[in-house]
Amino acid sequence: MTIQDPDKANIPVIQLENVSFSFNKAPVLKDVNLTIHQGDFVAIIGPNGGGKTTLVKIILGLLKPQKGKVLLLGRPPRESCKRAGYMPQYATGEKDFPITVLEVVLLGLLGATNCGPFFSSRERLKAMEALERVGMADFAKRRINDLSGGQLQRTLLARALVSGPEILFLDEPMANIDIGGQAKLFDLLGELNREITIVFVTHDIGLLSRYVKSVVCVNQKVFFHPAAEITPEMATTIMDEHCPMELIAHGMPHRVLGRHDAARHHAQGNGHQS
Amino acid sequence: MIALLHLPFIQNALAAGMLAAIACGIIGSLVVVNRSVFMAGGIAHAAYGGVGIAFFFALPALPCIVAFSLFMAVVMAALTARRQGRMDTIIGVLWAVGMALGIILVDLAPGYNVDLMSFLFGSILAVPRSDVHLMTVLVVVIVGVVTCFYKQLLAMSYDREFSQVRGVKVVPLHFMVLCLVALAVVMTIRVVGLILIMALFTIAPYLVERYVGSLARMMLFSSLLNMCFIVAGLWLSWKFNLASGATIILVAALFFILVESTAALLSKFRN
Repeated sequence: MTIQDPDKANIPVIQLENVSFSFNKAPVLKDVNLTIHQGDFVAIIGPNGGGKTTLVKIILGLLKPQKGKVLLLGRPPRESCKRAGYMPQYATGEKDFPITVLEVVLLGLLGATNCGPFFSSRERLKAMEALERVGMADFAKRRINDLSGGQLQRTLLARALVSGPEILFLDEPMANIDIGGQAKLFDLLGELNREITIVFVTHDIGLLSRYVKSVVCVNQKVFFHPAAEITPEMATTIMDEHCPMELIAHGMPHRVLGRHDAARHHAQGNGHQS
Repeated sequence: MIALLHLPFIQNALAAGMLAAIACGIIGSLVVVNRSVFMAGGIAHAAYGGVGIAFFFALPALPCIVAFSLFMAVVMAALTARRQGRMDTIIGVLWAVGMALGIILVDLAPGYNVDLMSFLFGSILAVPRSDVHLMTVLVVVIVGVVTCFYKQLLAMSYDREFSQVRGVKVVPLHFMVLCLVALAVVMTIRVVGLILIMALFTIAPYLVERYVGSLARMMLFSSLLNMCFIVAGLWLSWKFNLASGATIILVAALFFILVESTAALLSKFRN
């Protein structure tokens, strides 16, 4: 685990204590304890329906756990969520809506902007900078439903970045993006990670890049691993036999666990939302 | 034709029509992009309970409907604020209960009520001057509130969860939107009646939506389009001696079918 600034490394940005969450009495997360420190680059992995998105939503205060304590940047999430950047899963932004790319990004400034219907020219400039950063500046005037999936993803990333967040949450940021685009996106995230903490969710373990510093496994239980690799012990603890997965990490090219055939099959489905 | 415009009841009708067009253009756009047309329909029909109360207690109609539809909007907002489960069922129940209450109360009310149909299907030519004044106040309220909270409304409509992370208080905003719907419904009752309100809420915003790049423009052009529908409908209803509310809606519907089929044909030829 590499840390640029040792002073920063000991400040916890996310703290969960004995957090449990159930949806209509079906438990989604059980007794979760998790601490993430400043400057980390965390991949949240786990099977579909394992509670990855729920975990992120709890940290952001969008969902209230039935039990336990949650702190984001040292405060209850409701107070501190404005200091975070959030890029939701593709589906929530995918809407037929009369809005331009620039306006979507400007909405990322909400909470820091004045009331009334207009954004200032300084705010517009900020939004253009964010679009520039993700390579979408040429599309600023386009309507949102004219974009491809990857372009929409990048717009939503710009919206998450425009407020200058201290911590960035990305839910399946690589969905709908081709391999080349994924590498570019990881380079951008790696650059951002010099200053801010990054937490991203992926169902696709093939996507652990060299920038990732630690891994959180979620499958009702949550397990933190302070290195960008997945050990067999950890995998068997969390991903029991009901959930065969192929686990690939940097420096650990192919480690196959659980039922081999099913795992292969899963790995071939990379890039798709399964 | 011009002489008509000097008649006070025509002046009132046109003023009421323009005001209703603005209210329905703005609130209709909001309802359409939020996919809560059904909720607006529920409030519109539940508003009939207000008509019943006004008749039964012999109170002035419009203020009574304002109060009752605001009450129904708050109840509906409270039941649907968390966006959980059976929202559409709850709306259906409130929809029916409000109407039933209105019908029972009107039944029990003393005297013979000839005016009843005017609330269901509109009576734009019978709008009194005092109603025009109240409608003006309501339009000012609607425009003012929507302008003030425009960014928050836009953010909530586009991506509810993201707006929450940005600190937008979506639950109070949800109450606010439904109360605005209630105000717009009350205004429109006089023009086309509560049965036909949904057409002014949906047709213009839906047609305009795909041609504009922002919610504000959608509101503006929907209002203008609604004005055209109302003026054309009024004129036709006078010319052919037809019910004004229904004529306005049919003009809108005809325009809707024309635009839709032309667009469909054009895209077919292009490919």
